[in-house]
Amino acid sequence: MNPNLTAASERSKLIQWLVGIAVAASIWLFAYNQLTAFADWVISLLGLSRQTRTGEALHFFFYDSPKVVLLLTGIVFIMGVIQTFFSPERTRAMLSGKREGVGNVLAASLGIVTPFCSCSAVPLFIGFLSAGVPLGVTFSFLISAPMVNEVALVLLFGMFGWKVAALYLGLGLLVAIVAGMVIGKLKMERFLEDWVQKILGGQTAEHHGEQLTWVARFEAGVDHVKEIVGKVWPYILAGIALGAGIHGYVPEDFMASFMGKDVWWAVPAAVLLGVPMYTNAAGVIPIVEALIGKGAALGTVLAFMMSVIALSAPEMIILRKALKPTLIATFAGVVAIGILLVGYVFNWLL
Amino acid sequence: MLIKILGTGCAKCNRLEQLAKEIAAELKLTATFEHVTEMQDIMAYQVMSTPALVINEVVKSSGRIPSRGEIAGWLQGG
Repeated sequence: MNPNLTAASERSKLIQWLVGIAVAASIWLFAYNQLTAFADWVISLLGLSRQTRTGEALHFFFYDSPKVVLLLTGIVFIMGVIQTFFSPERTRAMLSGKREGVGNVLAASLGIVTPFCSCSAVPLFIGFLSAGVPLGVTFSFLISAPMVNEVALVLLFGMFGWKVAALYLGLGLLVAIVAGMVIGKLKMERFLEDWVQKILGGQTAEHHGEQLTWVARFEAGVDHVKEIVGKVWPYILAGIALGAGIHGYVPEDFMASFMGKDVWWAVPAAVLLGVPMYTNAAGVIPIVEALIGKGAALGTVLAFMMSVIALSAPEMIILRKALKPTLIATFAGVVAIGILLVGYVFNWLL
Repeated sequence: MLIKILGTGCAKCNRLEQLAKEIAAELKLTATFEHVTEMQDIMAYQVMSTPALVINEVVKSSGRIPSRGEIAGWLQGG
């Protein structure tokens, strides 16, 4: 193809995208401002009043669901575009040669924006180590990447407000940073599987990241939305429906008796309960919504949520291919203790 | 032509294999496909995220599903 022609068609495509995004953003903003009106309209259409229990529950559902879905679509698109700037190769280059401490903070932060799927955990892990990223710094990344992600943050923001979301972000990063530093201090390099040590002793090839156009980045954003929102929307609707449903039907302090602030064993129990459970941030939200709505302490619930997302049996089985059991156990133990402390501090502060 | 898909069997890996096969068939290319699932074999290519597409032992992409145009270009030797 004629290169000038390609450039021209590439440019017209980009313009189409920019116009499309501007239109979509205006519709998004308009819809976001009409949420209450929409819920009121649905309720009146059904001939119900917000004074009744059913009416109030339905209003809650028809207000919250579009709100969370809108927020999620917007943020996931933006994250999909941002992620194209942070390929694992680029993150690795930024982390290699960093000292412990600074490296842990950077690794945990990059964990938020670097695309990550637990099926790629082992290649990523080895790729980091072979480029000279210290073991503890690699773990900071590996803990933060699944736990502190945009879906969890958007859902917490949409359902419980920005304070809870910000606390989750801050404490999630803190757990990832500190746990990585502890693992680094323990000098556990010899607990990597032998074949991994062999690779690390060898040479690493430079793999240069591909240069993407803006059109490709926008397409990646749309793909990200299709993938994430397409997967999680049933959980979100279930969560909101549950939240709306229990609104009036379960006693307000039902959970407080055994998941309240004063129950000392509630936090460890929540962490232990979270380990065998494997689901993404969206899957755990229905449970979180139900627990908080009924008087469970916030620290306990956040500890549960972090445990479900960060410590999962399937991910450990994947990591087992590269790590010896001692290192896996240390990883799980250190992270669990970190989450435990977060839960207690939270319950004590609030 | 030897086309390898590196990936431990995630949904994306299977989609990439399907796509590459379709495009090879459209271009009427004779290619041998291999799906590499063993972690040690994947690591030999030094990719950091799966799925990765390897054509004649050269890593063309990793961590994403490339567009049809890109794959067609690589298959035609671009």
